[in-house]
Amino acid sequence: MASLSEIIRESQIWKSIFRHPMPVDRRNRVVVMLTNFFLHLHPVSIKKQGIALSFTWCMGGVTFFLFLVETITGVLLMFYYRPTLEWAFNDILALRDVTSMGILRELHRWGAHAMVITVWLHMYRVFLTGSYKPPREFNWVIGVVLLLLTLLLSFTGYLLPWDQLAIWAITVGSNMARATPFLGYEGPGNQLLNIDGIDMITNASDARFGLLGARFVGEETLNRFYVLHCVAIPLAAALLMAIHFWRIRKDGGISGPL
Amino acid sequence: MHSHVPYETFLHQIAGFLGSFYLVLAVMNAFAALVIWQSGRDKVLFRLPISKLPFTVSMAWLGVSIFFTILAPIAFSGRQDWMEIISLPQLLRSGVNRAMNPTIYSVGSMVLLLILFFLRKYVVQPPMAWGLLNLSALLMGMSLTDQNFAAIVTKPDNVPIVGLVFLLGFFTWLSAYQAVRNDDRLKQGLGPEEKLDDEKVLVWPDLVYTELICMVALTAFLIVWAIALQAPLEEPASSVKTPNPSKAPWYFLGLQEMLVYYDPWMAGVVLPSMVINGLMAIPYIDFNKKGNGYYTIDQRKFAYLTFQFGFLVLWVTLIVMGTFLRGPNWNFFGPYEIWDAHKVEALNNRDLSEFFWIDLPDLVGWGLSRPKAPEGSSEMMKVGYAIVRELPGILLVIGYLTILPPMLVVVSKFFRDMFIRMGFIRYMVLTNLLLMMMLLPLKMLARWTVNLKYVISMPEYMLNF
Ligand code: HEM
Repeated sequence: MASLSEIIRESQIWKSIFRHPMPVDRRNRVVVMLTNFFLHLHPVSIKKQGIALSFTWCMGGVTFFLFLVETITGVLLMFYYRPTLEWAFNDILALRDVTSMGILRELHRWGAHAMVITVWLHMYRVFLTGSYKPPREFNWVIGVVLLLLTLLLSFTGYLLPWDQLAIWAITVGSNMARATPFLGYEGPGNQLLNIDGIDMITNASDARFGLLGARFVGEETLNRFYVLHCVAIPLAAALLMAIHFWRIRKDGGISGPL
Repeated sequence: MHSHVPYETFLHQIAGFLGSFYLVLAVMNAFAALVIWQSGRDKVLFRLPISKLPFTVSMAWLGVSIFFTILAPIAFSGRQDWMEIISLPQLLRSGVNRAMNPTIYSVGSMVLLLILFFLRKYVVQPPMAWGLLNLSALLMGMSLTDQNFAAIVTKPDNVPIVGLVFLLGFFTWLSAYQAVRNDDRLKQGLGPEEKLDDEKVLVWPDLVYTELICMVALTAFLIVWAIALQAPLEEPASSVKTPNPSKAPWYFLGLQEMLVYYDPWMAGVVLPSMVINGLMAIPYIDFNKKGNGYYTIDQRKFAYLTFQFGFLVLWVTLIVMGTFLRGPNWNFFGPYEIWDAHKVEALNNRDLSEFFWIDLPDLVGWGLSRPKAPEGSSEMMKVGYAIVRELPGILLVIGYLTILPPMLVVVSKFFRDMFIRMGFIRYMVLTNLLLMMMLLPLKMLARWTVNLKYVISMPEYMLNF
């Protein structure tokens, strides 16, 4: 008598999805890593030291996992949230007081804070084990860009609840752009950029304006940050993560003493 | 700034959390005692006086566990007279408030880290580290009954920073512990410990299962966090009601803190860009081939110290200060001090050019003033005058960035070796990054000692440095 699970595993449907038998013996544990799309990110075998928790702290992995959590909860939040002056705040309020899945917002916000922290810790570990040394220099550089993108993701998301905390934090943060040398309205050297006595850099054409889409944090900013937060930056980060992971393997796997 | 609820109400609010906090500490210590006792490596500390029974390490941790177990019900009670026992004495708190200022805080955290660094052989030993963890947790617990302290630390968006501080403490210990052990081995001519494990294992199941367990644990952790702590939502946005203080998101508060010493174009644009570029440059300027893929401090002391200084001192402690110790008008407040919006701090900072053109001649009795372009002079003339006026500062900055690096080569063997191995360009990049990094503490120092405001002060061109 074949058990139910055997019947399922022998069925044509199952076999068409999983291209290998269960990974119970050595051969199939190798095959599963090679034939499964998600698992093929990993090598088949790995130095024991490379997966020791005391070595990597699993921080890169945790960061990636948090990115996935943010993606999933973020998409669900997008069903509830409209980025307009009329609705933004009220939608968040409803998430707290009315919506039954309102906890999504907590998951998303605390996940974001956690991701900033874990990405720092990951960088810290990579530095302390000297893992940026040849041949991994370039992957470190990609990592730094990922760090920057993580901070920008968090920063752009900070505005979306459209409460006092949000707009003033973004106002303080983006005020700095006003002082960009040459390109900021209040930055040194902006007077140099003038043509026939007409200033090119005004408060309606400087770096801060480009960031906010307006002269102050307003509706245009909300729209701009929403698109950056939900589409542009996540896509860029996902692409760079793919390269980051690919490079780890091409650079010889997790670092270790020679 | 925050309107406090009555103290008794506050104690009742915090009681549940504080009690659980002490319970967790009790369980942790009991667990530690159990692990040590089980391991069979329990050490006898001394023998009890009369009975001559041995008192061991595991018994010590059990004692600590009992201590926290006693604290827990006191905290759970929420009664003012009982809670007083587990609070820092008021006298100590006001003392800390009075003594604390940006100078003491910054210099203090640096000195502390330096001490930990030099004593690392002892501090990283597990009993020592565990004791320090217990002490800091106790200090935290005894501070939480202070309403001002609690108001800032338990603000929902600030909670992650408390977590960050403890996590950084833990991981700095973990890495230093492994580094110290490796350094010992390397001295004896053995390879680092990481090398002992270079046998290969299959990713399925060894890694895949670890990842799965990590994911489940993390999901559980996030869900508990999300249930326990509500995300903040303040009043609807209003572009006319400016909150005081207005703070950037916490991870940028180190930059906001730099605004005390720099103008926005430096603190908000130039220095952050240099941080990012400096980080990217690390693999290309660190020519040390040792210490690749294992924990060590001795083999890369300079790199280690530089990074720790930049990350722990300049980045993290400034964030902690910006979050917890900066209140209305960005004034400094002690950890147990109420955020009073009317606190005034006298500012009488002076520019370098004022020192040079006014104070210095004054010393020998000349009444001079700073050079100023005459009324109606041309644009070019005004620029010229401004440059002359600020010449001392301009020369100082140029000298700092261009003369100091070659001078270091001449006077120090360490930098000479570096120069020879790195070549001119890489050496200049490295030293300039280092000097720019050191500029912040130097400027802090100048502010604290002689009230220096700007080294170069050209407000007419928005070029203050
Ligand atoms: C969104 C951000 C990031 C993600 C998801 C990520 C993910 C990962 C993962 C999963 C690993 C495998 C080993 C481990 O877990 O430690 C790794 C390795 C690595 N990461 Fe990242 N990382 C990120 C950001 C960074 C940053 C900020 C840096 C450095 C500035 C960096 C530099 C590196 C390097 C050099 C390695 C190879 C380390 C080795 O071979 O030991 N990454 N990363």
